[in-house]
Amino acid sequence: MSAVAESDRPSAGLLSLWYNREARQVIIQIFTIAVVFAALFYLARNAAINLERIGKDLGFAFLLEPSSYDINQTFIEYSSRSSHLRAAVVGVLNTFAVAICGVFLATVVGFVLGVLRLSKNLLMNKMVYCYVEVVRNVPVLLWILLMHGFVVHTLPHPKQAGDIAETFFFSNRGINMPSPTFEPLFWACALVFVAGIVGAVFYKRHAKKVQDETGKILPVLWVSLGLVIGAPVVVFLFTGMPIEWSIPALKGFNFQGGVTVKPELMALTLALALYTSAFIAENVRAGILAVNYGQTEAAHALGLRNNRTLQLVIIPQAMRVIVPPLTSQYLNLTKNSSLAIAIGYMDVTATLGGITLNQTGREMECMLLLMAIYLSISLAISSFMNWYNKRIKLIER
Amino acid sequence: MKLKSILVAGAAMAMSATIANAATLDDVKARGELNCIVTTGLVGFAYTDESGKWNGFDVDFCRGVAAAVLGDGMKVKFVPTTGKTRFTALNAGEGDVLYRNTTVTMSRDADLKLTFLGVNYYDGQGFMVSKDLGVTSAKELDGASVCIQTGTTTELNLADYFRATGMSYEPVPIETNEEARTNYLAGRCDVYTTDASGLAASRATFDDPKNHIILPEIISKEPLGPAVRQGDDDWADVNRWVLNAIIEAEEFGITSANVDEMAANPPNPSIARILGVEGNYGEMIGLDNEWAKRVIKAVGNYGEIFDRNIGPNTEIGLERGLNAQWKDGGILYSAPIR
Ligand SMILES: N[C@@H](CCC(=O)N[C@@H](CS)C(=O)NCC(=O)O)C(=O)O
Repeated sequence: MSAVAESDRPSAGLLSLWYNREARQVIIQIFTIAVVFAALFYLARNAAINLERIGKDLGFAFLLEPSSYDINQTFIEYSSRSSHLRAAVVGVLNTFAVAICGVFLATVVGFVLGVLRLSKNLLMNKMVYCYVEVVRNVPVLLWILLMHGFVVHTLPHPKQAGDIAETFFFSNRGINMPSPTFEPLFWACALVFVAGIVGAVFYKRHAKKVQDETGKILPVLWVSLGLVIGAPVVVFLFTGMPIEWSIPALKGFNFQGGVTVKPELMALTLALALYTSAFIAENVRAGILAVNYGQTEAAHALGLRNNRTLQLVIIPQAMRVIVPPLTSQYLNLTKNSSLAIAIGYMDVTATLGGITLNQTGREMECMLLLMAIYLSISLAISSFMNWYNKRIKLIER
Repeated sequence: MKLKSILVAGAAMAMSATIANAATLDDVKARGELNCIVTTGLVGFAYTDESGKWNGFDVDFCRGVAAAVLGDGMKVKFVPTTGKTRFTALNAGEGDVLYRNTTVTMSRDADLKLTFLGVNYYDGQGFMVSKDLGVTSAKELDGASVCIQTGTTTELNLADYFRATGMSYEPVPIETNEEARTNYLAGRCDVYTTDASGLAASRATFDDPKNHIILPEIISKEPLGPAVRQGDDDWADVNRWVLNAIIEAEEFGITSANVDEMAANPPNPSIARILGVEGNYGEMIGLDNEWAKRVIKAVGNYGEIFDRNIGPNTEIGLERGLNAQWKDGGILYSAPIR
């Protein structure tokens, strides 16, 4: 404000620096950085001294030793003779599994609820309101424990497992479903499927051109579905259904054959998705409300029907408001998945940060690695979402 | 709870540089309270009763140490830990001594930087199943779901055992004995495996203990004993000799009931040495000469502690077995106080 007065002051050595606004800001910033680094240095030094005192050195060679423990859900080959490193990778993949399923489910449920929340139907509106308030005001850990308790205590024992057509089984050991093995001819179907996708893309372009030129709207959705799903199904039937199914069957203590979705994965995914969907619903609602009502009126005035208005006018604009907070919800969900350890789901916190840490006593190394892993996952999600955000921004005129 | 290990690791980083080699004995005396690391709750070994008071086999050994050092067996703060958090808690200085069904192993001793002081319970890993399953041997467990406490030796033995016998299983990892109990009773797992003593103790808390059996196979050696941080030999000595005194007291027939009488009138020189009538053994470990007398008065000898908490007349009903004195066919054998 009084820049003139300040520079007019007679410069009295160092003190004058303080009276200069720019210099002062620089000094404060340098000071802050110095304090932060001093604190970090202090902590690092203490850690080093304490590790030294109890005679522990920092090293990562232990990662190549056999882990000696078993993991109940592995997407890659793993046994107790595999290395700790491999156990960590198994954990990371398990983290991905919940994160991906959770994000997908949370997004779908969140968007539906967010739109319903704006419904003119009072009952619907209030029900969603209650859902959102109840769900997001109870800590997510409790939801996880509750879901797990529910699955383990209310579903029947494998011997009394419920089933659908004797191919899908539900018990407190999880959901057992048939798993496919593909015969050579199956790849023909896969090929047709890929061709269908390519065809659908071209058809969409063609439809847009037709619409631009003649104003005629072609049934893009139905044609695409026919190409992508219909055609492969027809080929599949004609080639004599070239898939062999392994059907789960109760043998001894548990179901053998097929694939199993463990109760821990189920409970964790559901709880995280449930919790996060409440936040996403609010983001979606805010996003839609942020689009001026004038936009709707303008679209109506142009003769667009209600669902087209939503699809072409409201949602694209709302997305720009929705995506940034959506990113942080995805990050939250992924990080919250580390609560898996509470119900014994073997994510990376439970393998690397749990059993490996404990059996090798390498707290510092495991924690550093774990932090690096979560940081990388989070940064990857952020950059993807930022890319997506930029992409939808470009449409702005 | 689970996040605690993370917090403890963080705390260990931030902890000022005073914890590792300091004179724990002086710290405990100055504090006027012993911090003893125990389980989160295992009936018979370390658990809280309705009034919130800690009881149990391991708890009594903690009280013995407090009686020796502070003159009062009640001056103990118990620090509950899971199998996973116990060593970090000890190394971060949250407790002075660890009495938590802990198996003495080489890597814990050498790599985790603990000092083990002896064995207070000779155990081995067993399997518990519900009678309804009709299983009579661990060899029949192929394909079973097994509840297993993570961060324990038992989780490693389990992997080795099933691998060696060529059987498959689904490990259901859990954190505390309580969680194991709920999951096992809810049928999430068919089998609960841990130290056989722990199985007996857990079973005693079931509504229908008779419907569960412990299979005959014992698949490992689990010598359970106390540990302190490595590098404080004086403090290790105190704890080692409190343990030995408790064991030797039984060998010589000193009990909480007759300890005063025996001190007044020691029947033999061994007893005179233990009870501080002869020699200056207490002073050697930085205490006074009545240290062991106080221990026995407070908690009794090994046999008394065993019978009171986990013996045949308790609900847990463990036999002495390996834990009988060497003279009685067991392997309990204390180095002499002399
Ligand atoms: N002896 C084994 C196992 C120790 C262990 O965790 N024991 C269980 C049952 S015997 C226990 O104390 N649980 C009590 C708790 O959950 O806090 C070891 O040292 O690793």
